Amino acid sequence: MSILGTRVVRTEDPLFLTRGAVYTDDLTDPRLAGALHATFVRSTVAHGTVTEVDASAAREAPGVVAVYTAEDLGDLQPVPPPLPFLDAGFARPWLVPVGGRVHFVGDLVAVVLTEERYQGEDAAEMVVVDIDPLPAVVGTAAAATDETVLFPEVGTNKVAAFGEPAPEDFFADCEVVVTRAIVNQRVAAAPLETRAASAAWGEDGRVTIWCTNQGAQQAQGQIAGWLGLDPKLVHLVTPDVGGGFGAKIGADQEYAFVAWLAQQAGRPVRWAESRSENMTGMLQGRAQDQVITIGGDRDGTVKAYSLVVNQDCGAYPRIGTVLPTLTMLMAAAVYDIPKVHAQATCYATNGTSIGAYRGAGRPEATAAAERAMDLFAAEIGMDPADVRRKNFIAPFTEPFTTSSGATYDSGDYAAALDRVLEAAGYAELRAEQARRRERGDVRQLGIGVSAYVEITGADSGHGTSENAELEVHPDGTATVLTGTSPHGQGHATTWAMLASEQLGIPVEKITVLHGDTDRIPDGGGTMGSRSLQQGGAAVHQAAVELVEVARKRAAELLEANPDDLEVDLANAGLSVKGTPGTGITWAQLAADEQLIVQTTFTANAPTFPFGAHVAVVETDVESGKAVVTRLITVDDAGTIINPLLAEGQRHGGIAQGVGQALLEEILYDEDGNPQTSTFADYPFVSATELPSFELVEMATPTPMNPLGAKGIGEAGTIGSTPAVQSAVVDSVAHLGVRHIDMPATSMRVWRAVREAQKGSTN
Amino acid sequence: MQVSMTVNGQQRTDEVEPRTLLAHHLRDNLGLTATNIGCDSTSCGACTVMVDGLTVKSCTVLALQAEGSEVTTLEGLSTDGELHPVQAAFRSEHGLQCGFCTSGMVMAAVGVLADNPNPTDREVREGLEGNLCRCTGYHNIVQAVLKAAESGPAAGQVPSAKQEVTA
Repeated sequence: MSILGTRVVRTEDPLFLTRGAVYTDDLTDPRLAGALHATFVRSTVAHGTVTEVDASAAREAPGVVAVYTAEDLGDLQPVPPPLPFLDAGFARPWLVPVGGRVHFVGDLVAVVLTEERYQGEDAAEMVVVDIDPLPAVVGTAAAATDETVLFPEVGTNKVAAFGEPAPEDFFADCEVVVTRAIVNQRVAAAPLETRAASAAWGEDGRVTIWCTNQGAQQAQGQIAGWLGLDPKLVHLVTPDVGGGFGAKIGADQEYAFVAWLAQQAGRPVRWAESRSENMTGMLQGRAQDQVITIGGDRDGTVKAYSLVVNQDCGAYPRIGTVLPTLTMLMAAAVYDIPKVHAQATCYATNGTSIGAYRGAGRPEATAAAERAMDLFAAEIGMDPADVRRKNFIAPFTEPFTTSSGATYDSGDYAAALDRVLEAAGYAELRAEQARRRERGDVRQLGIGVSAYVEITGADSGHGTSENAELEVHPDGTATVLTGTSPHGQGHATTWAMLASEQLGIPVEKITVLHGDTDRIPDGGGTMGSRSLQQGGAAVHQAAVELVEVARKRAAELLEANPDDLEVDLANAGLSVKGTPGTGITWAQLAADEQLIVQTTFTANAPTFPFGAHVAVVETDVESGKAVVTRLITVDDAGTIINPLLAEGQRHGGIAQGVGQALLEEILYDEDGNPQTSTFADYPFVSATELPSFELVEMATPTPMNPLGAKGIGEAGTIGSTPAVQSAVVDSVAHLGVRHIDMPATSMRVWRAVREAQKGSTN
Repeated sequence: MQVSMTVNGQQRTDEVEPRTLLAHHLRDNLGLTATNIGCDSTSCGACTVMVDGLTVKSCTVLALQAEGSEVTTLEGLSTDGELHPVQAAFRSEHGLQCGFCTSGMVMAAVGVLADNPNPTDREVREGLEGNLCRCTGYHNIVQAVLKAAESGPAAGQVPSAKQEVTA
């Protein structure tokens, strides 16, 4: 029986559950013996000119080995913006010098090295930093005016622009046109493990850097570049990683700084940030202001749709600058709309830099399209599910190119919607809703429907390729090296399953290694839901190739015709056809000569998982509090290799979507001061705010890889966010409410109801 | 100052700064790094350990406050290589992904089951409200706790102190 498709429990877990995983701050590597602790001194002002940095008292504090300010940086050059088309003026200094500008609360001003961890916090407090405040630019609307320009040498806050305005007559043939400004708010990725790095230089002139990251190879290249080092001199290791969600893609400047500090001090250095540091220093996500316009006829046919995005890039533009291009690409969503327009403008602001967060550009596209469909449905008085069904792309098995330019691989959106509506008992939910509305209950029912498609395995700077190395050892165990970078996804188990399927070696005997640039010099890491369809496919390919290598060798050893040998899974080797147990094992072949395969799998194209979600909320219309009571989802990610783990990915994704829809938002005051910089202030979604989820199966294989697998890491978030938002709006729709921005907090719902009762449209 | 406590059945006496947090004492002085620190505000529960049979967030307790106490961390939960029922259920139900919340979550779950050996789905959620997880959406964590409850009172107990060893 095939192991693929079965619920194999994780091989990672016994250690995780007894000794705990080993994260960067847990390391006891002997190279880190006697390490100093780095503590950064950060700007407490969002925008201003540094007038004084006085480290003299800190230098005298107990345990202080060194304090570095901008004057002490030697040849270090500011880090250029990470995208080639960005103005060089957006470069980020290592430490902001006297006379220079800080650009967000959390910008680096000085760094302290101490013998002990606590001494660092003490000494950092003693570094005197004076900053003359400048007006802060909070949000894209303020940035667009250029009344205050963050980087005078650039001359404008506009970082990039993509696309052109829609033609004036774009909606001319539509009976109904609805337009609305909506917000896809700034949120924190908030992995439970904050950022951490350690570095130690060897006598060979090489530095080993351990850090928590989603792709060692990419981080290695960046850090080497920033420090002016030959990448061969940088050995980068990612130990166990406590979650990433996109925010640990690419190196952070602090990681490189730790390596530089270790070189300066001549001693190893460790750094682990606090949560409050993380909530201002780590890349955040979303942060799009959108204008959606949808037009069509009263029979429910949508004829034209426009999505205009203003992207907040934060203080120093990073990868978030290009994510709106994914939003634009996916603007048409699951719909066969004749005319789709998308456009984006990106702005620098005095907030934390924006990067990828679970979905990264695609949730914003789906949220916009689904809001548009709901608004259109409300305007013409049609059921939201019916409007969607009327406009879906028809089921397809050959690639289909949308009006926004994406070429989808395979999909059946109507089937996904039908399945989820049936599982939810949609008709009965609507009936119950009608009864409550009729009675005028305080607790009203809201039903939100979303349909989505997303792009996974897109080129994120590494093409659509991934490599794998597979070696069987003479003792019958095997080792897999992968360029992917698991941080909770369970690759050690799933990659072992893929090798086991071909070789018959039990998963417990297969070790999967990742995240060490000396052993795995090339790799694309784990992001964009790429890992299984590229990295897993590479492991599958390596196993298939290893069988062929073994077959030739076995044929020679056994003096048999290679074609007469077949894989004998029960014996983990090859046997003459029809006589299992008579041949030779992989282990015996490996004892004879090293049995190893290195291979690269290249996908033909990205894949497009899809699905449909139904969210049910109960809203207390007097207090505005909405509670999610049910979440029913279809998430079609093609062939599933390990349902246990795939379901786990869906669960986590769904929950993060609920978090954004109902609770979470990074807020600044008018001076750019973060209002949500601890977990006491940031309403991270907890167990009490969620129901258990109802997952419905559907699997449409993709032709883009031999596994038939699409990505599953981000799909849950993409589907659940608009479903929950829609459900909250729906719960008070009968009171005249058409839209509530995320997060749909009690206050926002209460206000929307009050405004509607006063007669104004919202 | 000197602080003495029994940690996972072993008597430990160590010199600490008075302000040392129990979490840092466990991690930095005793090398018990399964206990993680995920926030500065007693919000996330990654640092949850048992002190004298009660779950506490060890980032908000001074090491000195545990003087004379019996402390159990994740490392002390399994006995003779056998997973504790809660550990076993977290594995079988896929109740962990990145693992960072897991140590605290498992300890908190033991505490929930000590108070309520047969909780409902909702009671488990309320019991774990102070423990945050970003990966699992809590679904499988709740399933794991319900599953562990099936194995009886042992799911709500920590191993008793082993023979004393002088550090």
